[in-house]
Amino acid sequence: MAKSATYWQKTRRLTWCLLVLWIGVTFVVSWFARELNELTILDFPLGFYMGAQGSLFIYLAMIWYYNRRMRQIEAEFGIADE
Amino acid sequence: MSFSLTRLQRYYLYYTGAFLAFVGMLAVLEQHGMPPRWIGYAFLFFTISMYAVIGIMSRTSDVSEYYVAGRRVPAFFNGMATGADWMSAASFIGLAGTLYLSGYQGLAFVIGWTGGFVLVALLLAPYLRRFGEYTIPDFLGARYGGNAIRIVAVIAAILASFVYVVAQIYGVGVITSRFVSLQFEIGVFVGLAGILVCSFLGGMKAVTWTQVAQYVILIIAYVTPVAILSWNVTGNPVPQLVYGHVLQEVGRLEDKLFDTPAEIEVRRLFRERADLYAEKIMQLPNSLKLEREQISSKINELKASDAQMKDIVALEKLRREMPHDPEQARERWEDAMYTALERAKPPTRHAEAFSGDDAEQKLAARINFLALIFCLTVGTAALPHVLTRYYTTPTVSQARESVFWSLLFILALYITAPAYAVFAKYEVFSHLIEIPIAKLPGWVAAWTKVGLVSIEDINGDGILQLAELSLNPDVIVLATPEIAGMPYVVSGLVAAGALAAALSTADGLLLTITSAVSHDIYYRIIRPDASTQFRLVISKSMLLVVAILAATVAAQKPGTILSMVSWAFSIAGSAFFPALVLGIFWKRANRAGALAGMLVGLLLTIYYILRVEFDSIPLLGISGFHMTPWFHVQSTSAGVFGVLAGFLTIVVVSLLTRPDRDVDLFLQGIRRTAGDGAR
Repeated sequence: MAKSATYWQKTRRLTWCLLVLWIGVTFVVSWFARELNELTILDFPLGFYMGAQGSLFIYLAMIWYYNRRMRQIEAEFGIADE
Repeated sequence: MSFSLTRLQRYYLYYTGAFLAFVGMLAVLEQHGMPPRWIGYAFLFFTISMYAVIGIMSRTSDVSEYYVAGRRVPAFFNGMATGADWMSAASFIGLAGTLYLSGYQGLAFVIGWTGGFVLVALLLAPYLRRFGEYTIPDFLGARYGGNAIRIVAVIAAILASFVYVVAQIYGVGVITSRFVSLQFEIGVFVGLAGILVCSFLGGMKAVTWTQVAQYVILIIAYVTPVAILSWNVTGNPVPQLVYGHVLQEVGRLEDKLFDTPAEIEVRRLFRERADLYAEKIMQLPNSLKLEREQISSKINELKASDAQMKDIVALEKLRREMPHDPEQARERWEDAMYTALERAKPPTRHAEAFSGDDAEQKLAARINFLALIFCLTVGTAALPHVLTRYYTTPTVSQARESVFWSLLFILALYITAPAYAVFAKYEVFSHLIEIPIAKLPGWVAAWTKVGLVSIEDINGDGILQLAELSLNPDVIVLATPEIAGMPYVVSGLVAAGALAAALSTADGLLLTITSAVSHDIYYRIIRPDASTQFRLVISKSMLLVVAILAATVAAQKPGTILSMVSWAFSIAGSAFFPALVLGIFWKRANRAGALAGMLVGLLLTIYYILRVEFDSIPLLGISGFHMTPWFHVQSTSAGVFGVLAGFLTIVVVSLLTRPDRDVDLFLQGIRRTAGDGAR
């Protein structure tokens, strides 16, 4: 019982961490797009690049990482896949 | 039919091969003189019969298969199906055009429509799957208890989905009427048939497997023209990699074209025209009378002299077509004034973020950009037709995996769209602007006839200036094959892709509406003892009724339909998102709080949309309630207020009322906080 309570705690901590990162990528980066556009990456202005490709790849990586961590956590607590 | 993963993948590989062979065959036939119209028919017939075959093969009379595909859809394919379910006619046809017209500002759609899937993955999909029922109202009903919340959820689901489905069917009508020259209304009903062959016999099971097939077609159709364009311009067929360079080229062309003397002159002329209309509107009704008198006296003058008959006829036609009363005159002149004002605006540079004349306008652009992203992400994570897809996987971890695949398959289109826009802009800037109007390529005239392109030589120099050209967003994707001089078979492919995008989304939406009515209202509330067979009969007859209703509305060609779609996100987001998320993550959220929160969120969003967007509702006899937006936020982002108010209301009301009693068992089940016996 005590063990599964920490399963939920770990899940929740992982969720919040990724959510904060998500807010940073989505809203903070977009807010400063004008300033980021001063820099150039792969021929793109950085602000434009983030909106058109960069953020999207980060989103994909975030979901991949979440799935990986969740599999580990579930294995750790012996939670069977239903 | 039993599905083993490798066998399925092999089937769809064969299917993709067959489709490519079919396209190749048509390309060869075109070389030998097959007329374009036949190519259009061939695409329409081939793709719809493919969907029909899959639909018939997946027919079912099992409730679980009908509502959630028997929960046997592997993560990979569920991702593909979600991709097709998600990407609508608007994504396929409209997005690249929006990006073309608004540059950086349009990226809000790209960020919002992909970023939402992170919320789905982290906050919703695994828990919905672990709960494991059939619909979103099911989840809310089980978490909070009671029929009231179920009814509110059903109303919100129908409200958000119905407008959306009408827009898809409308899209089908537009595509079929343009590419195979069917009459619009007939096109709408052809599309309806295409939708029904998938969903009627096999419900979610059939819809899933056709959506996978539709994804394959839509992504091939979307990428092909840009890849060819990219090859032509840069010698590299991967547009996503190389368009940064083309974007710099576009920037150079912008430097060259934006502020030439002719361009400034044209913008000044449009501004003067707008001022003229503004003045005429101010002086209604006298200005209308004056104008009519002026034309009449001119006609009399011409009649008295020996002027050409055809000049007189032209003037008389002008007089006949004048507005009949001041009300109509105001409407028409305001339209004309806004069109002129739009053209008089100095163009913004493609990559520039948050442009505006002064600091306040720039701030407003920035706020609106973020507000739109917020609504689109939250709406994505709350649209019932997407969320129900995560009920269909075999396990919880497969549900998580399938969000990853969904986003991957969706990304394929969304990272292509900005490249599409940049390449199209490069083509237009380098091959259209500053060209004598008489020498413009043939596609300009063809699309002018349809009304998607308009050209007006206002300064009379016979040369096209940038401000003299106005493009409808839809034209970018639909006409790119012609712009780049590709064979007609590519145009046919694009049409087939757009059709696949519209049909797949319509399928998912229609099923959501149907199950909301038949499962949540009829089975859960009215007759819980109904037999499974009878439930399916109700479901299928509802499907027919809703489909025909949607097609009838679409056949009326409602004008505001496209903007209504963006409202669907705000409506779904503010009704569902707070109640779902707090229901999973906050134990203290209770029935009274959720019910109040959903109602407040939903009503505030609708209230904001109505007051900012409209001034009167003739049907109810109310008028003059237009208000200025709060914090410059446009009505498309109304969900910002709705979602925040929803969260706030749930928290406050829950804390003020007593906690529900049965929550623990439910939460232990979806959070796995108790042993295995919890479910």
